[in-house]
Amino acid sequence: MSLPLTPAKDARRGDVALGERLFVVGGKSLLLVLLLLAVVMPLLAIFWKGFSGEAGQGGGLLAARELFASENFHWLLGNSLSVALTVTAIVVPLAYLFAYALQRTLIPAKGLWRGISLLPLLAPSMLPAIALVYLFGNQGLLRSLLSENIYGFWGIVLGEAIYTFPHALMILLSALSLADARLFDAASSMGAGPWRAFRSITWPATRQAVFAAFCLVFTLTITDFGVPVVVGGDYQVLALEAYKAVVGQQQFGRGALIGMVLLLPALLSFGVDAWLRRRQGEAMSGRAQVFEPKPSRCRDACFLAIVLLVCAALLVVIGMAVYSSLVTFWPYNLTLSFKHYLFDDTAGGGWLAYRNSVTMALCTALIGSIVIFTGAYLMEKTQGQRLLNQALRLLSFIPMAVPGLVLGLGYVFFFNLSGNPLHVFYGGMALLVLCTIAHYLTTAQMTAATALRQLDGEFEAAALSLKAPLYKHFVRVTVPICLPALLDIIRYLFVSAMTTVSAAIFLYSPDTILAAVAVLNMDDAGNVGGAAAMSTLILLTSAAASLLLAGASRGLLRRSQAWRQRAPGH
Amino acid sequence: MFKPLALAAAVSAVFSLQASAAATQLTVYTALEAEQLKSYKQAFEKANPDIEIKWVRDSTGIITAKLLAEKDRPQADAVWGLAASSLAILDQNGMLEAYAPKDLGKISANYRDAANPPAWVGMDVWAATICFNTVEAEKQGLSKPVSWQDLTKPEYKGKIVMPNPASSGTGFLDVSAWLQTFGEPQGWAYMDALHQNIGQYVHSGSKPCKLAAAGEFPIGISFEYPAVQLKRQGAPLDIVLPKEGLGWEIEATAVIKGSPKADAAKRLADFSASPAAMELYKDNFAVLAAPGIAKPQTELPADYEQRLIKNDFAWASKNRDEILSEWRKRYDGKSEKVAQQ
Repeated sequence: MSLPLTPAKDARRGDVALGERLFVVGGKSLLLVLLLLAVVMPLLAIFWKGFSGEAGQGGGLLAARELFASENFHWLLGNSLSVALTVTAIVVPLAYLFAYALQRTLIPAKGLWRGISLLPLLAPSMLPAIALVYLFGNQGLLRSLLSENIYGFWGIVLGEAIYTFPHALMILLSALSLADARLFDAASSMGAGPWRAFRSITWPATRQAVFAAFCLVFTLTITDFGVPVVVGGDYQVLALEAYKAVVGQQQFGRGALIGMVLLLPALLSFGVDAWLRRRQGEAMSGRAQVFEPKPSRCRDACFLAIVLLVCAALLVVIGMAVYSSLVTFWPYNLTLSFKHYLFDDTAGGGWLAYRNSVTMALCTALIGSIVIFTGAYLMEKTQGQRLLNQALRLLSFIPMAVPGLVLGLGYVFFFNLSGNPLHVFYGGMALLVLCTIAHYLTTAQMTAATALRQLDGEFEAAALSLKAPLYKHFVRVTVPICLPALLDIIRYLFVSAMTTVSAAIFLYSPDTILAAVAVLNMDDAGNVGGAAAMSTLILLTSAAASLLLAGASRGLLRRSQAWRQRAPGH
Repeated sequence: MFKPLALAAAVSAVFSLQASAAATQLTVYTALEAEQLKSYKQAFEKANPDIEIKWVRDSTGIITAKLLAEKDRPQADAVWGLAASSLAILDQNGMLEAYAPKDLGKISANYRDAANPPAWVGMDVWAATICFNTVEAEKQGLSKPVSWQDLTKPEYKGKIVMPNPASSGTGFLDVSAWLQTFGEPQGWAYMDALHQNIGQYVHSGSKPCKLAAAGEFPIGISFEYPAVQLKRQGAPLDIVLPKEGLGWEIEATAVIKGSPKADAAKRLADFSASPAAMELYKDNFAVLAAPGIAKPQTELPADYEQRLIKNDFAWASKNRDEILSEWRKRYDGKSEKVAQQ
């Protein structure tokens, strides 16, 4: 339900109408400018940089042909593809089973398993990799379990699998959350066994989500360099090459070319995903009954075993990272100390990096949630400026298809252009915040839009009949009602900003170095203990923020529900 | 308006966080070890309270690439602690401002740029070292290497880590020294054989020694500073100085041409060559640019300085690009077979 603004305009006093228009049109225009600056221009800059042949930058058509024909490039591409495919082949089925266990069985303590399985989201991708070194490196705790050390293909695959597991899980959890009990009743009354019911009911309803999870894991893996940098050894991948070309050799053109290659799978899968989504009709009809799994001891035992196994593996990895950050001198002096937390004497940025990260995450969460939520409100609840709305919708979907690595490269190229007046922002905190908001915009915007769609358009109509300006209505009515969703967005943006390294690595300056970047730098300098300590700090900070916001959200929800219940009694 | 106001307020809040002290801020690029930065900065700022150092630190290769990439729009005001062969390249590109620090007379002639006034002035010398983990050696039955040639023995297959010469100054001085002492064809043949034993090429020059200290790989080709430090912290390391001689580099200081803060940068150059600064370097290095100050380090032999090879820096910096691209062609990217032991 949307509100027709234009016909109502003459019914009200001039200044209210002006304020109204300023809020609606101004807000949308501002959002459009922001999206153009933060998403479109940097992406265009990549293509411009990749195809312009500046000397010594490794770009241009000739360099492109040379690069794409070189044996080294084929080797890197082959490595990247085989890693990404292996990771998806491991993660997606496992995440599906895990999600199925949580949504369609009666195993106990589901909340606990869910919490554990989402833990890797709270830490940068380097954390599982560092833990793997301590577990399976040459001096690893469990080294004897493997015939070879962890450095190389399997190290990257395992690290990426842990890093991407919760991402795939979240998609599949929501896909498996909805089921129509009537279909299952019908199936069993027709004599179909559980396997048959799964094949003809559950699988068709969820295969699109499986594809989406497949694409997400593939894209995350192929564009991540945090894991390969730590456990890759001499097994190199494309993302690492782009990182080395830009950060190490200052060959921006070469970085742009590889960035374009890395953009391809993301764009392709995004396109196919959108197409599939359109083909799949409404998953649930209005008359659907909520599916409640029936007890089955054998099924539940099997799924509990899988869930326990996955959770145990995740806990071992994360626990190992925390433990290794406390060990004084691995592996010869295992006494525990906080030595690795004395960052100021080591490379990488130390406590400044941590403080910067918290500042950056707070700014991203607060500014980002305000901008994104207001933008979503304007798009969902006002009807004028159809073209503007469409442009905004389209643009706000782009970031989902752009890997952080590519976005970060685009920022370097666009904001570092000589002659760009925005160059002053380069290396500053404002640009890091902008880039992080842009990077995580789509998911946050979708959360906001979903929450807003659940609100009846009558609210706006009531505001209109009371001649209350829309922005007042937005601040006084919509925001309080949607506060739980807003807190969700804040939490998502905060955690993402704390852990991200993919775009930030190209954008920081010594003053604005971030904790996740410091993890990478410390590992590079051989200070693995310090890297583990900083990762642990990031994990704890994200966890604390998440718990705080989840608690606040729960409290608010209770209050808002109380309000809803009291209302009819009046 | 709600949103733009909040946005503006937040953005200005972000900016105010960035503003800080009033002293002249000097952007100094460096490849010094991170542990050294704090004391060097403190000492300089104590002597020059009106100047504040902003470090930009990375490996030698990366700092060199960064400086070259910024040639037309230099971001650095000075360089304090970068390989002389890298500074020579910057000098060839006309990026350094020749300057004679106050205490230039106290610096050995072979540890400064020969021109007058010099483009760069040395601080100290760092040299190749093999870090050998004795605990792991015993566990794995490895004999202790005494020469560079020993490292090509089959028993060390996959047990050696060395820095990538493209990113690490220590890696480059190793490669340059092997090519100079063995002769070019034999030098490459040596590296071909060594490549068979390399478990990993890493980014920084100190990481191989740290990995050796932790036993992750028992042998690290590194330099003496981390070796001495780690040994003092109790790591089970033997410091091996190969008998063919040690490749070495001069760590040096220079002023960037066109810096708007040239005066402050020159005061940094003055400080870097002063006896006070040599007192700082003394704690970390056994060979200093100013003679007569260094004290022998107990972990290193007394004749340490005599073990350094005769190093032709002009040759090394002139051929740096060719050496690195040949190295990349031979060992970079295609080394997956070696990674698997």
